Amino acid sequence: MSDCHEVAVSSPPRSLSVGTQIPMIALAGQPNMGKSTLFNLLTGLNQHVGNWSGKTIERREGSFKLDERELILVDLPGTYSLTANSPEEVIAREFILRERPDLVVAVVSAANLERSLYLVSELICLPAPLVIALNMMDVARQEGIQVEPEVLEAALGVPVVAMTATRATGVGDLLKVAREVLDGRRVSQPRIPAIRADHRAALDEILMEIEGYVPAPYPSEWSALKLLEGDAEMTRIMRAALPETRWRAVNAILTQHDDAFLAVASGRYEWIARMIRAAVVQPKIGQISLTERLDRVAAHPIWGLGILAGILGLVFWLTFTVGSPVQGWLSTHVVSALATLGRAWLATSPLWLRGLVVDGVIGGAGSVITFLPIMVIFFTTFALLEDIGYMARAAYVMDNLMHLMGLHGKSFLPLFLGFGCNVPSVLGTRTIDSWQARLLTILIAPLVPCTARMAVVAFLAPAFFGANALYVSWGLVMLSLLMLVMSGSLLNQVIFKGQRSAFIMEMPLYHLPDARTIGLLVWQRSTSFVKKAGTTILAMALVVWALSFFPGGELQTSYLARFGQFIEPVGRWMGFDWRLTVALITSFPAKENAIATLGVLFGSSPTGSLGQVLTTAFSPASALSFLVVTMLFIPCMATVAAVRQETGSWKWTLFNVGMLLVISMGAGSAVFHLARALGY
Amino acid sequence: MPFVNNKVPLDELAPGEQGTLLAFTDERQVTNRLASLGFTPGVSVNMTQNYGRGPLIVTVRGTRVALGRGEAARILVQKEQV
Repeated sequence: MSDCHEVAVSSPPRSLSVGTQIPMIALAGQPNMGKSTLFNLLTGLNQHVGNWSGKTIERREGSFKLDERELILVDLPGTYSLTANSPEEVIAREFILRERPDLVVAVVSAANLERSLYLVSELICLPAPLVIALNMMDVARQEGIQVEPEVLEAALGVPVVAMTATRATGVGDLLKVAREVLDGRRVSQPRIPAIRADHRAALDEILMEIEGYVPAPYPSEWSALKLLEGDAEMTRIMRAALPETRWRAVNAILTQHDDAFLAVASGRYEWIARMIRAAVVQPKIGQISLTERLDRVAAHPIWGLGILAGILGLVFWLTFTVGSPVQGWLSTHVVSALATLGRAWLATSPLWLRGLVVDGVIGGAGSVITFLPIMVIFFTTFALLEDIGYMARAAYVMDNLMHLMGLHGKSFLPLFLGFGCNVPSVLGTRTIDSWQARLLTILIAPLVPCTARMAVVAFLAPAFFGANALYVSWGLVMLSLLMLVMSGSLLNQVIFKGQRSAFIMEMPLYHLPDARTIGLLVWQRSTSFVKKAGTTILAMALVVWALSFFPGGELQTSYLARFGQFIEPVGRWMGFDWRLTVALITSFPAKENAIATLGVLFGSSPTGSLGQVLTTAFSPASALSFLVVTMLFIPCMATVAAVRQETGSWKWTLFNVGMLLVISMGAGSAVFHLARALGY
Repeated sequence: MPFVNNKVPLDELAPGEQGTLLAFTDERQVTNRLASLGFTPGVSVNMTQNYGRGPLIVTVRGTRVALGRGEAARILVQKEQV
């Protein structure tokens, strides 16, 4: 008897003729199988990105038309298996079991068939019709691997369609088969993997104990198998569902067979070996693949770091030569122009209304929007590097360095993103598998100098340090990274007690990028950034504006200024007067506000530019200290909001804010007093 | 022929060397993740990149997988004679 065929038989697909329900297709697949490419190809812009309920994992859903009939397509999280190693696996299987999609399309890679069929060996046991999209036929050819879809289909007993999603070939065939299955014109008889004989008895014993107690929608055999695999989620569910005596009996069997999960995994791979035996011809031994040739350089411990440094350099170069000028142009020609327009338009309106619109809305949220070009450069580079398969190599070569903080290579990628903006950096930690490593990465992410902070540096450093501005800027970036490594390793030692998290990462085959996938990713990230600027950031900008306006209508006498004067003694440790203190506080809605605030506080001077005025007002020591504090200070409110959202905890958010306050003020005071001692 | 003990931790394989996976000594959760990636007892593991320190790359079931040295040291293999 197979371990789950009863399930497959007892659950026929939902009939489409009943009711007016729109048919739903779920897209399943392991990471790096081209699942997103297929999803984007089918849905185009008819998709929306949300979160799986209660989780910070992206949920993508879209719709498309097939022969005038609307279909819903749900992109399940990419997972290697359906055993609960992370929340993604639980989401994928719960969706199939509870939402009962009319069809599950499993995307597998022809270039990597053995490994990618592992997920299929689990999907095939679930009560949903299955179609295999045999993707990446082009990559397989390039690697010298031959796959015959008809042979594979005959072996598996479910439809197999060969395709190359990046070139949109084979998609028509896939849709044709999908339609046949949805219409009930094609019924599959899947070959189900069986558990190895030595654990068959144990599985039957467990099944006997739990039969009748398994809560819906879980099939009994499937639940028994998951218990045997040591699946944490299923163990928790069954422990709650079973009477005490039965649970003890089950537990006794499980303790006796605690290595059964290896037998189950082996059994699945033996099944896969039988399935692909006739369908796949591997390349001749000794043939060196493209991936191997590229990795000799890209994954080399020295050349690999060189390449990574080169890519980083290129991104910064693009940021400064293309992004910054466009940002500056938007700032003067759009935001300032709008402000002038608003001022003229509201000339007869009350002062507060003019201030609200011009300084609050346009000046606050508007100036954040000007950073969009820089973000687009970062988003595009990232999506491109991700899509061709390079990102795994970057993580790999950075692994050693990340170990200093008890982290591993995977944490490097979100931190890298932080050079553009800390917000996507915090959101990007979702790819890290262990919660502790993820939390630690979130806590240190605000120490990565973002472009907004670099904008403040780019303005003040030349004014105060002239020809040495470049060295000062470089030194400030290095100081930030040093602080990042130091606080990371300290946090790891003190809070996480030096716990190790395992570095296990697939190195995908290199392949040509897909413009559609990259374009959609950049589009989605950019729109979500703009949305944030229009909501959270706008609200906060209005609050800060109100504090800087009331009660008298002037910044110099506002609540904010009073507060700045009140805490000025603290600012003095770092060589600040009340104006620098206020500038620092107003940098909370957006870092570059610091410049705007100084502009307001010193007014428009007839004697020279703001930079010149500032050099007469402050010593180089104070200026340097101000830059150090700006680099290391509490991140902007958008980042704080992201930290709150991703940690799901005010405690950790406040801890993070407190930690950054201590670091920035400590470093600022130290630098100020050191510079003073040296005579600046 | 003299007896050669060829049981070694995976990280001791040199690039190009191959081993048959014998056992895991890591915690259950790590082993479970490795198993779904194709690391099961009896499978042939090929060392693709190993510079003696830092992470390494192995090829298992046609997939290249990067492992931390710590993770590799907790996988026991039977080194195959070339």
